[in-house]
Amino acid sequence: MPERFREDLCEPDRKELAEGPAYRFEMDRREWISSIGAGLLVTAAGKVVFSPGGASAQVRSSHRLHLGEDGSITVLTGKVEVGQGSRTEILQAAAEELRVPPGAVQVVLADTAETPNDGSTAGSRTTPSTIPVVRRASASARELLVRTAAETWNLDASELRVEAGAVVRAGNRFSYADLARTKRLEATVDDNVPKGVPLREVRNWTVLGQALPKVGAREIVTGAHRYPSDITRPNMLYGAVLRPPSYGAQLESVDLTPGRELGAMAVRDGEFVGCAARTSFEARKALKVISETARWRRAAHPSSEGLGAYLKRHAQSSAGGRRGARRRESGDVDGALAAAQTLEASYEMPYVQHAPLEPRAAVAEWDGDRLTVWTGTQRPFGVREQLAEAFRLSADKARVVVPDTGGGFGGKHTGEVAIEAARLAKAAGKPVSLRWTRAEEFAWAYFRPAAAFEARAGLRGEKIVAWDFTAYNPGTAAIETPYAVPNVRTRYFPCDSPLREGSYRGIGATGNNFAREIFMDELAGVVGLDPLEFRLANLDDERLSAVLRAAADRFAWSTSRALGRNRGSGIAAGFEKGSYIAICAQVRVEEGSIEVERLVSAFDCGAILNPGNLRAQIEGCVIQGLGAALSEEIRFAGGKLLNGSFARYPLPRFRGTPPIETVVLNRPDVQSAGAGETPIIAVAPALANAVFAATGRRVRSLPLGARQA
Amino acid sequence: MARFTIRVNRNELSTESPPDRPLLDVLREDFGLTGTKYGCGEGQCRACTVLIDDQPTASCLTTISSVDGMSVTTIEGLASGDQLTALQQAFIDMEGAQCGYCTAGMIVEATALLKRNPKPSRTEIVDAMNPHLCRCCGYRNILASVELAARRSEAGDA
Ligand code: FES
Ligand code: FES
Repeated sequence: MPERFREDLCEPDRKELAEGPAYRFEMDRREWISSIGAGLLVTAAGKVVFSPGGASAQVRSSHRLHLGEDGSITVLTGKVEVGQGSRTEILQAAAEELRVPPGAVQVVLADTAETPNDGSTAGSRTTPSTIPVVRRASASARELLVRTAAETWNLDASELRVEAGAVVRAGNRFSYADLARTKRLEATVDDNVPKGVPLREVRNWTVLGQALPKVGAREIVTGAHRYPSDITRPNMLYGAVLRPPSYGAQLESVDLTPGRELGAMAVRDGEFVGCAARTSFEARKALKVISETARWRRAAHPSSEGLGAYLKRHAQSSAGGRRGARRRESGDVDGALAAAQTLEASYEMPYVQHAPLEPRAAVAEWDGDRLTVWTGTQRPFGVREQLAEAFRLSADKARVVVPDTGGGFGGKHTGEVAIEAARLAKAAGKPVSLRWTRAEEFAWAYFRPAAAFEARAGLRGEKIVAWDFTAYNPGTAAIETPYAVPNVRTRYFPCDSPLREGSYRGIGATGNNFAREIFMDELAGVVGLDPLEFRLANLDDERLSAVLRAAADRFAWSTSRALGRNRGSGIAAGFEKGSYIAICAQVRVEEGSIEVERLVSAFDCGAILNPGNLRAQIEGCVIQGLGAALSEEIRFAGGKLLNGSFARYPLPRFRGTPPIETVVLNRPDVQSAGAGETPIIAVAPALANAVFAATGRRVRSLPLGARQA
Repeated sequence: MARFTIRVNRNELSTESPPDRPLLDVLREDFGLTGTKYGCGEGQCRACTVLIDDQPTASCLTTISSVDGMSVTTIEGLASGDQLTALQQAFIDMEGAQCGYCTAGMIVEATALLKRNPKPSRTEIVDAMNPHLCRCCGYRNILASVELAARRSEAGDA
């Protein structure tokens, strides 16, 4: 029986979006009254309510699937494509259930005026949530077509077959296009359609499960695809926005005149100062002369030195609801610890930046009081809400369109750039394109949370009998140990963070698994067991054991452990968001630098939707993880970043990317889970454990490169 | 302000511009050639790579005045009509693009590489491509794409 997908393991992490909109603009009285006059629902809290039947009833965003009379098939979802392959897999899902070749399907993503609200593109939710929704809608549509044909021919539906976009019966053929003309099928298929139509079984898949090349790849390789920063509109200007010189600095005064004298449009609205001009060069010039007139009140700000201790001092212990501290306990942890052999250790990790190659970008255009923004965000509907709130619009007046975007990695959940572009466009009376600079993206986007950990365990023989784990600030994903331990206490404290923090690939799981999997290695050392055997001895999760064994087999773990001076191998595993990862890595540590000589990962995310895309996701995720493990660390002092540029913040490059082997365990019996996040969570601990095997030095904080020296 | 004329993808194009404006901005904003990307503006990511007289160059660090009268090839100028180059096709076939934002720079760089060295070793490819950042970290598929293109060109030439 197929295993049920565990919703509870996919709860959005507590680090997600705890903040309000980026700006609070001065209220324009006239607008306020006219929005009331128009009868739009603005709540007392100043929020616009987007309930489908309520204020936004006119928003035609309930369509999931469109079958055109011309034979076109369009699938609509609110998900976005940021390189993870959602567009291709959604297309495959629809083609599979509609029994049409993939080329017959169009996918419309992430347009709040046209697509359903499928939430944010985050938490690896597209695969387990959106793909089944698209499949069900497509299967229902197919069934509806079959019934339509059966009625027309006066036959029983069971006598009909569906193939290549047509309903067929011995010599007679109704294409979907014919059927779309015969009945009112152009409307939503969500209503009045057959429910519970069975989905095609994995073993019968012909489109899903195939390595269909990326949809839109041709536009990418020819430079034709328009990313958010490439969108142009008639009479469009380019914008630039003034940033504080340091975190927490408040604007006291600024003179816009010098910028205007250069011919730029310049605007100040509260803390917001920006300008727009015919070219981005002119806009930046104007901003520069304006910035020279700005006076700021600086605020004290901590530095990245001693960050772990800072976080522990600023832990929020009070119960703060969903985002607050939490504690879970089962069994008698203190009793078990008292009677066992114990070990304690603490761990730390710094802030890191997503640094998507395309920085935040938006093009905003007003048409009267209607606003359209093209922007790169993982939360189109959330950003629409932010825009509506910032400009006091009703939902149907703001539209967010997300062209396939140049990377996200959890780093583009917010709508600052959309709001800024819209504010500039409003002041200019023309569309404005705004693209953050790399320096802005480093400093003013948000970071993966810095974190600290304390772990304590009790051992009896080779079994862990007690587990006491405290995490400060990483997020709660994967905080519970996947190992079979009878007495477990887990505590989580969010902390007052010096920097703005938010989602990231795997987010909390990167930290929690990092600390846990190094600690597992240390415990194995206490027991005197091989780290692989120690893990297996304490696991009763068959899938996690299977990826550990698969990685170890391919790596030849048993003969690759002891490699002589300065070379060694490490292993780590983890489970998160419905998928399982194990990694073996071999390193050489020489004169303070760590070279990864080879790496094997084994991954299980259930039934595979697209093996080519899956492999690319796993490898990309693992290599991205090498950066966060070895070299990435945001450093700051005096309210400024010390290394906010590609020159100072070393990211993985071609050189240094080790030979990587990826073992994918296909589990057609299990519902597919996402793959873009979980592989990263085993990288840092596997490398830390390898460094220990190589040098005998236990490194308990990241990045390993800086810490092991 | 001055008038500058460059040959872009075999077309003479001219613009009125301050002399110190980056070529990247001129291509994107004046000529509408948005295939060339901004990633950092400081020579560290090479998403902005174009060919200037066949030399791969970071267009973000190149002023318009320094290329006046010269010939520039961007990602849009590689294919002839619908006919993709071997590299473009290989990037499709080997999943060489994830988000694809680095892809233009990668393909332009590799075009120059394969022209001067049609059969590069893996090390030679890595050396040539190393200045390019792929934040999706699709490095292995990008290498495989370049290698496939080289193999196919060789087979085609033979
Ligand atoms: S944009 Fe030119 S090197 Fe990064
Ligand atoms: S594919 Fe996204 S940056 Fe290379």
